[in-house]
Amino acid sequence: MRIGVVTFPGSNCDQDTLDALDTLGVDTLRLWYRDADLAGADAVVLPGGFSYGDYLRSGALAAKSPIMTAIQEAVVDRQLPLLGICNGFQILTEAGLLPGGLRANHHGQFRCDWQRVKVIEASPLFPGLEAGEVLKLPIAHGEGSYYMDEESLQSLFAHGEAWLQYVDADGQAQSWANPNGSVANLAGVARGSVAALMPHPERAMMDILGSDDGHRLLTAWLCGLERRALYARG
Amino acid sequence: MARFTAIVTVTLKKDILDPAGEATAHTLQQLGYPVAGVRLGRHVALTMDAADEGAALRLSRQMADALLANPIMETYQVQVESLCELE
Repeated sequence: MRIGVVTFPGSNCDQDTLDALDTLGVDTLRLWYRDADLAGADAVVLPGGFSYGDYLRSGALAAKSPIMTAIQEAVVDRQLPLLGICNGFQILTEAGLLPGGLRANHHGQFRCDWQRVKVIEASPLFPGLEAGEVLKLPIAHGEGSYYMDEESLQSLFAHGEAWLQYVDADGQAQSWANPNGSVANLAGVARGSVAALMPHPERAMMDILGSDDGHRLLTAWLCGLERRALYARG
Repeated sequence: MARFTAIVTVTLKKDILDPAGEATAHTLQQLGYPVAGVRLGRHVALTMDAADEGAALRLSRQMADALLANPIMETYQVQVESLCELE
């Protein structure tokens, strides 16, 4: 199994993400935003950063790049597993692969901090991450305020697509635990084979550096990929 | 064919918070101006060749839907002006 990590012009977490996946012992390959195909990648990560300098809207221009056409086709044709981190989340909403959109933090500040997030609903994409589990992960974004209208939000929860929520030390999704004004404290969503989150799991790989919950999250994702591959082989 | 400019004005939907607009309003208030609110938008000037004004308008709306505006949180208005007839 090989996991592709895409570099867009302005990505800056691509190498960290590759290193994190290397740590977990999985084969990786670099993908370039101009590539027209996925070079045999079994799953793809869209890393964090500031693709195209956040020009127009965060993720808007990257969402129209050649590699995204190949990714969109692979998601539709073969349910390509896809994980978006931070700017990757923004790109996925702009590409229409995930619902909703991300806009400027409601307080107008860039927020770089440790943040607790809770798993709202266990996802088959992350076996081992149970509902109610709380993870400590770093966030670093200026445009992470997740938005969708009330009706879409109800549908998101009804379909189990609301995945991660910003919570306080007690695991409660209180307004003061919301770092950016996201609707329903949403930090991550998942739909079909696609999942994304604003926090950076690749920056939380070792307890000695603050948290290894990113290690847990990525391990769960890889476990989901392996299960899927086993199932496909029959 | 004729050449047109289309001004696409993209703004956040009415019920969506605009932090940059609020910060601007706050600064204007600090300067003593009696401003109650500010909403920031994006002004996009497109220059294009099209058969007529209607075609230029359709093309501009397609570009706005495809890239310039995000329909989840933004709306836009288009105003087309004729620049000149092409030979």
